[in-house]
Amino acid sequence: MTGLIEIRNVTHAYVTDTGPLPVLNDLSLSIPEGGFVAVVGPSGCGKSTLTRLIAGLMKPDRGKVWLHGDIVTSPRSTVGMAFQNPVLLEWRSILKNVMLPLEIVPTRLTRREQEDRARKLLALVGLEGFEDKRPSELSGGMRQRASLCRALVHQPEVLILDEPFGALDAFTREDLWMTMHNLKAEEPFTGVMITHDLRESIFLADQVIVLSGRPATAQHVMDIPSAGPRVLDDLYTPEAADRLNVLRRQIEIAQGRAPANAETGE
Amino acid sequence: MIRRIVVPIVATVVFLVLWELLVWFNDWPNYLMASPSDLPAAVTKYWNLFLIMGWQTLWRTVAGLLIAVLVGVAFGMIMGFWRTMRDALYPLLVGFNAIPKATVVPIVALIFVGAHDFNAVMIAFMISFFPIAVSVSIGLSTLEPEYRDILRSLGASRSTIFWKIALPKTLPEFFGALKVSVTLAFIGTNLMEIVSPHGRGLGALFDSGKTNSDYPLMFAVLIALAFLGIVLYYVVVVLETIFAGWAEREVN
Repeated sequence: MTGLIEIRNVTHAYVTDTGPLPVLNDLSLSIPEGGFVAVVGPSGCGKSTLTRLIAGLMKPDRGKVWLHGDIVTSPRSTVGMAFQNPVLLEWRSILKNVMLPLEIVPTRLTRREQEDRARKLLALVGLEGFEDKRPSELSGGMRQRASLCRALVHQPEVLILDEPFGALDAFTREDLWMTMHNLKAEEPFTGVMITHDLRESIFLADQVIVLSGRPATAQHVMDIPSAGPRVLDDLYTPEAADRLNVLRRQIEIAQGRAPANAETGE
Repeated sequence: MIRRIVVPIVATVVFLVLWELLVWFNDWPNYLMASPSDLPAAVTKYWNLFLIMGWQTLWRTVAGLLIAVLVGVAFGMIMGFWRTMRDALYPLLVGFNAIPKATVVPIVALIFVGAHDFNAVMIAFMISFFPIAVSVSIGLSTLEPEYRDILRSLGASRSTIFWKIALPKTLPEFFGALKVSVTLAFIGTNLMEIVSPHGRGLGALFDSGKTNSDYPLMFAVLIALAFLGIVLYYVVVVLETIFAGWAEREVN
């Protein structure tokens, strides 16, 4: 067992009216502690199923998911989640929204310390001064920032992001990419991110995994080594263009639009 | 502030003046249509009856409404959380609600003859619980799965999810339904009070006005009913701003 998250030979199918619908097929992957993996793949290929398996929200038909050496069979408080929809509670202030996980997860922090922690995170993502506002008073990007704070407030080992920036405009999204890097530097976590944006995947992750079409298996794994902190300019280098090309080709293969033997454009 | 207090008062005064003028111009006698100026006399003549009967109508309506809230929320929760129960109960509830309650009133009045309080409370409940059950069930069943996942992924129990998310998220729908129900419950109480022989409450006072051809009394009862209805409605509005005020967006 090497990774903090280990997924071994996981196969899963949903029961539907027209018979079983296989979504994952013999999928294996390993994410080391502190790693950040982006999972890309065609629509409906089982990416969200993968996040729900890691979070313990469901159990695989076959195969195992390990988290920190324990087999995952039910939800655990060492996981934080954020979705495309920020799902903030409209009747609570931003601060109280961020503090929500601390009301459920056992914590040794006093009330005062909990609040300080939430305020610190909010300041880190640039939401200082918005603590007492209602979610409806914030823009989409700000709501997503608050949602990230809520996912991290209980210091989870694993952060699971399911298309977190999918509903945001391009500029806001790039702002949030930088926010993610800041957060990662200040609040170490192991991350799994589902995304449809290839640029996002190579900018944020240190490993990109391309899933094949349904039933999905790991079709291609790309490591993104980085020397020092990343800046947006990194996305406009020939190196980045090459990576994006490879990933694009892999997605086409996964979608069945290009033959698998027409190997990558390297 | 001035607009919210003065404008409704002015509107009410204008309405009363127009009503008075209508009767005056047409020279309608009292047995055709009472005018506002006849009403104070009717009220002062029977003021103790108005107090007693008004109180009876009020508490019966509120009791019926409270039972409707309890039963409606229970049905709503059952239908909101269990798909099968929704499929099973929904047609029954719709059918039950489709029966005009005016037809149920004489039946209930006959079965429990003389049980005035029980009958009135029961009809108030029967007529007003449907909107509450439907709105709570819709509120619960349309809860986005992500809301549940956020808490479930932390290991929260079903009841924690209900208290922290499902319940508060359903409150705006609940209060919307309660505003409809409060008026319905009022109609229910009065139907029973009017139909029930030797009844009590404002409905019975209205009925005795009818028997004695005391038209000013009948109109005074109508005004008293309208007044009670307004009071109950605004009690609900106040509760709504306290418990679900967050759902109200500032309009500029």
